[in-house]
Amino acid sequence: MVAGTEVGRTAGVAPLSRNAQAVRLFERPIVLRLVSIGLFAAAWQIAGLIPVSFAFPTFSDTMAAFVRMMADGSMVTAYGSTLQPLILGVVLATFAGVGIGTLCGLWRPGEWLLIPVFIVLQAAPVAAFIPLVTFIYGIGMTAKTLAVIILALPVIVLNTYKAVRNVNGSLLVMSRSFMGTRWQEVFKIILPDASPVIFAGLRLGVAAGFVGVVLAELLITPTGIGDLITFARSRADYAGMYATIASVIALSTVTLVALQWIEVRVFRPEKRGG
Amino acid sequence: MTLFGYRVPMMASLLVWCVLWEIVGRLDLMFILPPFSDVLVAAVDLVQLPSWQGATVTTLRAFLIGMVLAICVGIPLGMLMGRVKIADDLLGMWVNIFSSAPLSAIVPVLMILFGFGEKTIIAAVFLFAIWIIVLDTRAGVRHISPSLIEMARSYGAPRWALYGKIIVWAALPEILAGIRLGLIRGVKGVVIGQLLVAIVGYGALFETFSRNFRMSQFWALTIILFAFALVVSALIERAEAKVEFYAGVR
Amino acid sequence: MRAAVVRNEAVMNEPAADAIVEVRGISKTYGGVEALRDVDLDFPRGKLTSLLGPSGCGKTTLLKIIAGLIDADRGSVVVNGKKVSAPGPERAFVFQDFALLPWATVLRNVAFGLELRGTAKEEREAIARRYVADVGLAGFEDKYPHELSGGMRQRVGLARALCVDADVLLLDEPFSAVDEQNRRKFQEDLIRLRTNQNKTFIFVTHSIEEAVYISDRIVLLSPRPGRVSRIIEPDIDRSGDPDRIHRDKHYLDTVEEIWQGLKQYVE
Repeated sequence: MVAGTEVGRTAGVAPLSRNAQAVRLFERPIVLRLVSIGLFAAAWQIAGLIPVSFAFPTFSDTMAAFVRMMADGSMVTAYGSTLQPLILGVVLATFAGVGIGTLCGLWRPGEWLLIPVFIVLQAAPVAAFIPLVTFIYGIGMTAKTLAVIILALPVIVLNTYKAVRNVNGSLLVMSRSFMGTRWQEVFKIILPDASPVIFAGLRLGVAAGFVGVVLAELLITPTGIGDLITFARSRADYAGMYATIASVIALSTVTLVALQWIEVRVFRPEKRGG
Repeated sequence: MTLFGYRVPMMASLLVWCVLWEIVGRLDLMFILPPFSDVLVAAVDLVQLPSWQGATVTTLRAFLIGMVLAICVGIPLGMLMGRVKIADDLLGMWVNIFSSAPLSAIVPVLMILFGFGEKTIIAAVFLFAIWIIVLDTRAGVRHISPSLIEMARSYGAPRWALYGKIIVWAALPEILAGIRLGLIRGVKGVVIGQLLVAIVGYGALFETFSRNFRMSQFWALTIILFAFALVVSALIERAEAKVEFYAGVR
Repeated sequence: MRAAVVRNEAVMNEPAADAIVEVRGISKTYGGVEALRDVDLDFPRGKLTSLLGPSGCGKTTLLKIIAGLIDADRGSVVVNGKKVSAPGPERAFVFQDFALLPWATVLRNVAFGLELRGTAKEEREAIARRYVADVGLAGFEDKYPHELSGGMRQRVGLARALCVDADVLLLDEPFSAVDEQNRRKFQEDLIRLRTNQNKTFIFVTHSIEEAVYISDRIVLLSPRPGRVSRIIEPDIDRSGDPDRIHRDKHYLDTVEEIWQGLKQYVE
């Protein structure tokens, strides 16, 4: 997002007045984020106090419910049940997705045959398949893992494919001019050049995976986070319900931000300007 | 790719898959895959059923209302964030969070706030579609070359003209891209919303077909829905292509 | 003070003494446009020959055909007595846009040609270090391309081409993406480099001053279709202070003469 800029102090410039210093403080990104969160919490609290609806708990109630659920272990157990298929599904989808995407990027017949399928899967609401998956495979790990895979795989495949296809052509010509073989091209040039976009696809795959597992659990299983949400709702424990939902959104956000941080640190964009 | 010297377009491979589907179905290899021809027959039967027609009307209506709301709120919000730094700083974090969060987790909240009917579905569509519209509009507005704005101001353009004559047009390629992605997300929103509410529209039908393993009808409905999503997306792409000519030289 | 020697078309077919690269009857058409038509040329061993001409005259196309990166429609290229149609160890190419691996250090980039050949890591790094120093980048071995200026990046490209110890160095407008001040420095460095290496250089440029400054031999190409129009051998004494060359009378006369000849092709 927008980063605050700090004007450097050049020699000879008089120190800033109190007001200016306060403004400068507000330009720093971490302060802005905290203010933003604070405003959000305040708005939530007010909405809950009005109340917007009988089923809308205040921010403080929700936080209390969160603490309660962490303490009595229900949330931890639920996450244990949810995270397993999520991680397994994402890992499987990554290996399969990068493999298929690279194959399609390098081999025309593969591209022709497979990419249209994934384009359709990407655009279409594959969530419609999740009930079917649960009806066939039951209510266990298999169904949830499959749900994660069918949502995460298309986006990973397409990102990998696009990255491999759009490799810097100049580098490929350079490799040819030094008599590089095709395998050397793939491993020394194509894959390193494509890796930032592949990693970005992975990040999107993780986001899709979260959607898949939550949806599967909301629909039809008695375990995991989705079930915790439905259960809380059935007992009219709205604060508990909101707390769980907020926690899942928070977890997904933190994971994605961490991945993005890795993406920037490891696959630095400024390195792309060779 | 080329076959025997003729250029075959990529989407043609889908026909190959349909043929494969037919073969797999005829050989009865997997019970969840009936022959493709059966699916087509089921589709033709389905569209004549009043229950399907009713479900389609419900679904479409909720989808359109939700999308219109998402566009009417999303574009101005995106413009606000693109032009006013404070708004961007405060709201940006949340827009980003919600655009990649598992929004399906929020649908239960919508259910208790809006009940088990159409309003929830509209809210779900709105919720799913709006964030990408805001983000893309914001990106489009921020990409506008400052000299374009300065030029308009130097010729004395009032605020409304600035927005109506310059900003909206200069940002249009990104806005259309955002709408296209928003439509796709909106379709996902309507399906997920209906799956979770499960007593209205397509969601109810999917639930019934899946539960009773009426696979031909399940696939028929799926194909109709997927085709709808793709057609709508293709239509917006046409519109995007129309403004493509100036997208590169802004 | 000898007059600049000019060879015109009638004399062109006289083969140059000891030509390392012989181009015969090369023609190339790109989608209806004739980029090159029946080009016959010799490139003398150990000399720097420039291909000079306005855009569209096919000079880069010809260079890439000699390098083996593009196939000619007709004709042949003979290097060291052997016909070639693909890249080979006796030729090395320097790219206009540098073509460096953005994720690799300067050292790895310089050693990349040897890496593709399968040379052992220690050996190739040792060779690379020598050439990194030779092009004036000592101390920058562990930097990444994005940390270097355009001029420095091109030095890396040049060092990479030198590493593989090819007989012929092919340079495709190597200084066009570099700023003016660095460009002059490069030209001076190239003259110095040439006296230390006994390689043959084939150099594509659109700058008349550059061609006259550094070349032993200038091949003028005219556009549409690409053909050799003249060959000029500027007889300029380059042994002294490089700055002096820019004011040498023969340098100035040759530049002017070439410009008058090329003016008609400027749109």
